[in-house]
Amino acid sequence: MTDDAPARPTSPTPARLVDVASTVNGRETRHRLDARTLLVHLIREHERLTGTHIGCDTSNCGACTVLLDGEAIKSCTVLAVQADGHEITTVEGLAGPYDGFTAVQEGFRQCHGLQCGYCTPGMVMAATGLLAVNSDPSEQEIRASLEGNICRCTGYQMIVDSVRWAAEHGSDQPNTTG
Amino acid sequence: MSLVGAKVLRKEDPRLLSGTGTFVDDLSPPRCAFAAFVTSTEAHAEIVSIDARAALKIPGVLGVWTAADFADHPDLPGGLPDLERPALARNIVRFAGEPVAVVVADDRYLAADAVAAVDVQYRDLPVVTTIEAATADDAPVLFANHGSNVVTVVPTMDDLERQISRCDDRASLHLVNQRCAAVPIEAVACLADWGADGLTLWATFQAPHHLRNYLATWLDIPQTQCRVVAPDVGGGFGSKIVWYPEFFLAPLLSKWTRRPVKFAQTRTEAMMQMAHGRDQVHDLDIGFDRDGTIRALRVVISQNLGAYPDPTGVGLAVLTSWMAAGCYRIPDVSTSFRTVVTNTTPVAAYRGAGRPEAAYSIERMIDLVARRTGLDPAEVRRRNFIKPGAFPYETHNEPVVYDSGDFPAALDECLRLVRYDERRAEQAARADDPDAPLLGIGLSSWLEIAGFGPNGSLEGFGHLASWESAQVRIQPDGSAIVFAGSSPHGQGHETTFAQIASDELGIPFDRIQLRFGDTATVLQGVGTMGSRGVPTAGSAVKVASSRVLEKAKKVAAHLLEAAEADLEVRDNAFNVRGSPGKKVGWGEVAWASFQPLSLPPELQAGSLEERLFQESPNFSYPSGAYACVVEIDRATGAIDIVDMVLVDDCGTVINPLLAEGQVHGGVAQGIAQALFEAVVYEPDSGQPITANLLDYLVPSAPDMPGYTAGRITTLCPNNPLGAKGIGESGAVGAPAAVVNAIVDALAPFGVEHVDMPVTPEKVWRLLHDATAPERSHR
Repeated sequence: MTDDAPARPTSPTPARLVDVASTVNGRETRHRLDARTLLVHLIREHERLTGTHIGCDTSNCGACTVLLDGEAIKSCTVLAVQADGHEITTVEGLAGPYDGFTAVQEGFRQCHGLQCGYCTPGMVMAATGLLAVNSDPSEQEIRASLEGNICRCTGYQMIVDSVRWAAEHGSDQPNTTG
Repeated sequence: MSLVGAKVLRKEDPRLLSGTGTFVDDLSPPRCAFAAFVTSTEAHAEIVSIDARAALKIPGVLGVWTAADFADHPDLPGGLPDLERPALARNIVRFAGEPVAVVVADDRYLAADAVAAVDVQYRDLPVVTTIEAATADDAPVLFANHGSNVVTVVPTMDDLERQISRCDDRASLHLVNQRCAAVPIEAVACLADWGADGLTLWATFQAPHHLRNYLATWLDIPQTQCRVVAPDVGGGFGSKIVWYPEFFLAPLLSKWTRRPVKFAQTRTEAMMQMAHGRDQVHDLDIGFDRDGTIRALRVVISQNLGAYPDPTGVGLAVLTSWMAAGCYRIPDVSTSFRTVVTNTTPVAAYRGAGRPEAAYSIERMIDLVARRTGLDPAEVRRRNFIKPGAFPYETHNEPVVYDSGDFPAALDECLRLVRYDERRAEQAARADDPDAPLLGIGLSSWLEIAGFGPNGSLEGFGHLASWESAQVRIQPDGSAIVFAGSSPHGQGHETTFAQIASDELGIPFDRIQLRFGDTATVLQGVGTMGSRGVPTAGSAVKVASSRVLEKAKKVAAHLLEAAEADLEVRDNAFNVRGSPGKKVGWGEVAWASFQPLSLPPELQAGSLEERLFQESPNFSYPSGAYACVVEIDRATGAIDIVDMVLVDDCGTVINPLLAEGQVHGGVAQGIAQALFEAVVYEPDSGQPITANLLDYLVPSAPDMPGYTAGRITTLCPNNPLGAKGIGESGAVGAPAAVVNAIVDALAPFGVEHVDMPVTPEKVWRLLHDATAPERSHR
């Protein structure tokens, strides 16, 4: 190794550590993180809640969708520090009357709204976010509200049916466990 | 009550819906390090230097490795002589995104930092991205030792020019079946842990045994020291039966760093590195008589293989040429093809793999014949269909013998569901209304080849064999474990195979558990591709289960002191016919089966277990008829699918809910190819301009229509289930239906063809380029 290494992006600035305190699925958590840590990595790698997935790097696929203070957001596009002082609900935090499932989860089961299951937690969280603000959405409203979530397996019809099933079987709000 | 044919809810769903499934990147063993790849920024270049000094200075970076570090290992498996792909680019890069170095660091952020800090200098070489450019006289050659960009040429013995020119009329089309990306939402990921007891590789893959077979050889270790696990796999569609370098390098990185090493591709990497599909160009000529009878068809296929010939990629055009005549009785068919390398991502199987290309071409040609003869497209199909009584039907290619089908019945059902005559009347009524959107109706009477396959068929693509395995084992309490050699990635094997086993064994569905995807626990396996899950693996489960039942009956008969022939299995028990109440439960039989003192002399303890390799005497041939109705906005060219009718014939249906889901998913990918998706390269530089999901349009819910599904059933005679397979059907049948509908809507403007993806811009240009008299014609 010589001293005339090229002058180009080399080692990054040393990690700046920040404290992030948030409520995840009803439980208060505190982590000291590299400031650039994405929320999805806080959830997956520090909280070890791996139901929230990563499917793209441009915020298009929605596999990482979680609720931030009750609103569906894409956790790959939010820094963990932005969740400081906020409440996060992931798919693991859903609980409802259908053998532990919410109506949305049960709707996906009843209507075959999932195949490989990789996009599913994001879909479920996006649908949960929709029903929280519109308890009786039309097919067109469901499709429009899931615009930011990509499923490569189902062709969407059965996902739409799943969300309608949930709308027709009670508007149980997401209860968080913990 | 039979479970086969019932809408049973899936066993898979509770874990996947609660976020407790296990995908590769969910695994995080202690001390796990993370690998990331330095990838080529150039499409064709010599590597002048790789300088990793800056990267190695970053705290937490464990190392940087280049091709030279792997010189003890061969190139990736399955390559053709002089055209092999090195695991890391050696001296020359041949496509943008090709891995040139690999970094391992403590976590994925540091690995990304290190990748950014590696300095690679290139000397650019001229680039070819298309078949046309790669076959030009002065084209730069990708592989100097091969000397040409043309890899294989399969010529025709007879171009049929004489037969075509003898017909009343002839027509020709030049069709581009554009390059698509599979885009499973889980990209490539693997985790290698090579410790004192050997290697375990967790990989998102469709065929873990297949990977194990080749990986052990590549690493030069016995297969006993090489365990491959495919846990929950987030979609595949053909793109996860490809030899990606990551699967081969990660084990060595684990060995060298003495840590588990994980790799998880970003989507941008995946768009450049996961194999693409399609990318064929067809030149078609068809000869026909005035009454619509087709006499001869010539299909000339060119396949873009991308930068390195993939073992499946080189075979795609074979399947296309096999299926070129679709479901029609055409006396003379001529097919030929060539495969060509270019400076693009390698091409391999993508849902349908060679058959969507065939179905699209023949179905476009049928509509062209209808246009030229003035006959209705449905009528041209009817006049040329292979008749329902003509099976088994020998085609223009000797290995291809259609098993069964009823093409007229499928079309009739499709026309009924789409209200064809009503739609045609509405179309005519709208013609004179310049304010109404244009209406188009498109048909696709498609046929594919599936159920791979007969002995020898998958071996041609590098697989160990073409059978599929199943092992059925009864536990002492009378519950059953089914080990399946076919490992799923969304198909629902846990459910459908349990349905099959439950019916055969008489054991309740809830007491049957599937195991798959782990070479340490599952008997040999081949894999999940080519719509073979139910016809091949499902049949294996059925036969193995029935053999176990035969042995269980011997035990039960012994316990009951009754004749085997008098036993029937009902309500989880063996009942003696005609003697109400005389019965023994499955649990008691199972318990006894492990106790030598309770067994008849011909049975040994533990004999309620069966393993077998199910072979197939022939392929299966799923078919169907799809109809698409589109409305086109005259001002903007915007296309709206207002109806999509799907009539499938997959033989026996195990679970109608899951079968319909497979069709929907395939159709969505077919519609996406027809309307939205195309992998595009800048031709001079070879730079991908669709390398993320912003630029490559994978449709979401508002882009897609609802579907109306119908069904006819003709049984497959070549497997014990009578099933044909359904995984790829939708992707085979849908593109032609959509494009035929669009061309039908544009017919008044003189449009005879438009290439996929049919964007609003293309339609708008066609509308505005049309001549005024034609426009006022209607």
